[in-house]
Amino acid sequence: MDENTLDGNAIGGLLAEVFGADMTMAVSTCGSCGAVSVVAELAVYRPGLGTVVRCRSCDSVLMVFVSLHGTTCTDLMGLASLS
Amino acid sequence: MAGTAVRGRLTWQTATVGRVTRETASAVTLSLSVPDWPGHRAGQHADIRLTADDGYQAERAYSIASAPGEPLAITVERLDDGEVSPYLTEEARPGDQLEVRGPIGGYFVWEAETGGPLLLAAGGSGVVPLRAILRYRSLVGSSVPVRLLYSSRSWEDVIYSTELDMPAYGVEVIHTLTRSQPPKWHGYARRVDRQMLTEVAWPAADRPLAYVCGPTSFVESVAAGLVGLGYPAGRVKTERFGATGQ
Repeated sequence: MDENTLDGNAIGGLLAEVFGADMTMAVSTCGSCGAVSVVAELAVYRPGLGTVVRCRSCDSVLMVFVSLHGTTCTDLMGLASLS
Repeated sequence: MAGTAVRGRLTWQTATVGRVTRETASAVTLSLSVPDWPGHRAGQHADIRLTADDGYQAERAYSIASAPGEPLAITVERLDDGEVSPYLTEEARPGDQLEVRGPIGGYFVWEAETGGPLLLAAGGSGVVPLRAILRYRSLVGSSVPVRLLYSSRSWEDVIYSTELDMPAYGVEVIHTLTRSQPPKWHGYARRVDRQMLTEVAWPAADRPLAYVCGPTSFVESVAAGLVGLGYPAGRVKTERFGATGQ
């Protein structure tokens, strides 16, 4: 695991902005391997321009967020479910 | 409705810096006055946003250092290459204004009714949300047994050292100093390892609840160690600050 890896706690504010509610306790299912995890425990990378959220079991990309000029583009294609 | 916080929706609000308390050479605690602050739970964080004269904005998440019911306070450790922490630790003065939104997070949170016994493990400034938990436990008069395993580089880097020693806290604090130790130091002087956890952590049979916070490598190592000692993964709450201890 990369030393710079954060977890879902770090993006609680971003997720609340996108979803309108606290999502750190939401349960995600990986679309690739089916691993179930609370969002707070997912692996989060913030290389600068955006935010990449990965599965801790298979490292698949679950969510991508890119914010520019006050607008956040969201890609949730890697998730089977989020509730 | 510009400037009005809609209840339940996370919005940026203007905070005014109150007291500035230097904790260590690199860490300060800022009390922040936020008119519409809705209150927070122990272990949550807040996002802080700074705007430069040219409009450039930078935001970072900081753990809340104060207990529920107390005014909002954050403790910030300076990162030399940081965009936000050098200002917060070196420049911020009472009366300065910045933007804050929160409280944020529901996972790394302890409520009195959650119980214990509690094992808190901190690497560096990872002690900040754990301090909020300790203050809250003390304020509500909880008798949940608690141990804090706190890893710092040196004694000078220990944040809240005086407060943590207060008998009123009733907290067993076990320090480890990984880089340098004062003369006649009898405590641990290495990174947290399996042997240390075996000696310090409550036995898994006591059904303990663990909160582990700090740099990513610290959190990974301690969490894996606790699971190795029989702690169910679901009873080990983790929060990672990345490589830098932010």
